[in-house]
Amino acid sequence: MEELLQSFIGESWLLYVILAVPPLVFILLYALVTVWTEMKVSAHMQDRVAYMYTGPHGLFQPVADILKLLQKEDTIPAAADKTLFRLAPFLVFTGTYAGFAALPFSSAYIGSNINLGVFYIVAVSSIVVVGLLMAGWASNNKWSLFGAMRSAAQVISYEIPTALALLIAVMITGSLNLQEVIRFQDGGIFNWVVFGGPFPLLQKLLLLPFTFIAFLILFVAGIAEVNRTPFDLPEAESELVQGYNTEYSGMKFAIFYLAEYANMYLVSAIAACVFLGGWSSPFGDFMSGPLWGVFWIVLKGFFFVFLQIWIRWTLPRLRVDQLMYTSWKVLTPFLFVCVFAVGLILVL
Amino acid sequence: MLTEFGKVLIFLMLGVFFVAAGLITSWLLRPRKPYPAKLATYECGEEPVGNAWIRFNVRFYVVALIFLIFEVEIVFLFPWALVYQDLGLFAFLEMAVFLAILMVGYAYVWAKGDLDWDKPKPTLPRIVKPSVLSTPTREPAGTPVT
Repeated sequence: MEELLQSFIGESWLLYVILAVPPLVFILLYALVTVWTEMKVSAHMQDRVAYMYTGPHGLFQPVADILKLLQKEDTIPAAADKTLFRLAPFLVFTGTYAGFAALPFSSAYIGSNINLGVFYIVAVSSIVVVGLLMAGWASNNKWSLFGAMRSAAQVISYEIPTALALLIAVMITGSLNLQEVIRFQDGGIFNWVVFGGPFPLLQKLLLLPFTFIAFLILFVAGIAEVNRTPFDLPEAESELVQGYNTEYSGMKFAIFYLAEYANMYLVSAIAACVFLGGWSSPFGDFMSGPLWGVFWIVLKGFFFVFLQIWIRWTLPRLRVDQLMYTSWKVLTPFLFVCVFAVGLILVL
Repeated sequence: MLTEFGKVLIFLMLGVFFVAAGLITSWLLRPRKPYPAKLATYECGEEPVGNAWIRFNVRFYVVALIFLIFEVEIVFLFPWALVYQDLGLFAFLEMAVFLAILMVGYAYVWAKGDLDWDKPKPTLPRIVKPSVLSTPTREPAGTPVT
């Protein structure tokens, strides 16, 4: 894609800006679709109908919401730290968007094909936590402060399982570059890392239970990293009003919301790339190619986003001690066993 | 030719630009009618009690320390994971020793209970059985009130 564009406009800064825009467009469209889907799915799960008036089946409701949020008054509490209060949405969104830079959308398009891909995404997504802490602290509100502290404790606790689960995939594929990781799994559903990767049958069968567990843990830790139910303690509305963004209103609130949804897709897409073959088709050469690649990766990403929505409206919220217990005493030991086992199987 | 990390920089700038553009658009459209009650800190409709910037028990201090140790260890593990298949059993055993040392620390922290968050200890209310004699005798229905 880069070469194609280069032949049109030549080597200039404009080329690189244009190349960086597609993920942004994708995030906006995806947020519209997901907000609508989440409301509809939750409603039908609870025997309600949700949006019905704006457009057919309320299809235009997310657009109306954006227009409404744009016109809302933006209040900054008199007691707040105004500079940090204004800075926080920037950090939260930029941190998320920087993660999209290393996310492949097809074999022909990736924002920045850095050879550190996986590691870079793990590192850069931590900026979001700084933003959340900043938002909570700057608001000078007790709910916000508690929400932010919980959020920080939760995200750092679940970063260990995430990183270890990704490590297992890196051990198998032998690359940190997400395009390389996906190419390694190319050639059909049974070459995916979650099913043991493209190895001889015996090795595959030995690897399968460990990769499968690692994949499940990555998904669970991903839900916790984006602070969604059942791990949505930072914004538990029954105890903390809205958590770290209690004091935010108007467009700043919208940015937080957008970043949360974008993050949902980010963790889903990473899980899909690393364990489920990213843009590679499950049928081998059938339906594969750069354009089909976009279809496959978006489909896989959306599947996990839907799963997150489904889980959100099914499970109740955990308690803080249960949350810490899950991360430190269940997921982490399991993953250490997995790392050890996978290492042993691949070496022998 | 821009390097790959140069492209990341463009992504960062685009993210900042997008947020700024959204906020500026909203700044042009939105009303501005602040008054003291609107600018008060939200505390469920009550007048806010005290400041939120107080000395605060962060609780997860030890967890943060453990996180730091694990994270550094993971930073070491990533380069190892890339090449250990070429280096063979020796590299694997070396990492196993490294992990074992870490596991000792992990077991120590676990046994000391630093991984436990405060648990709620609900005390069930004790129900005292009312004795038969003390139950007030109820008037049969329809008794005329005198």
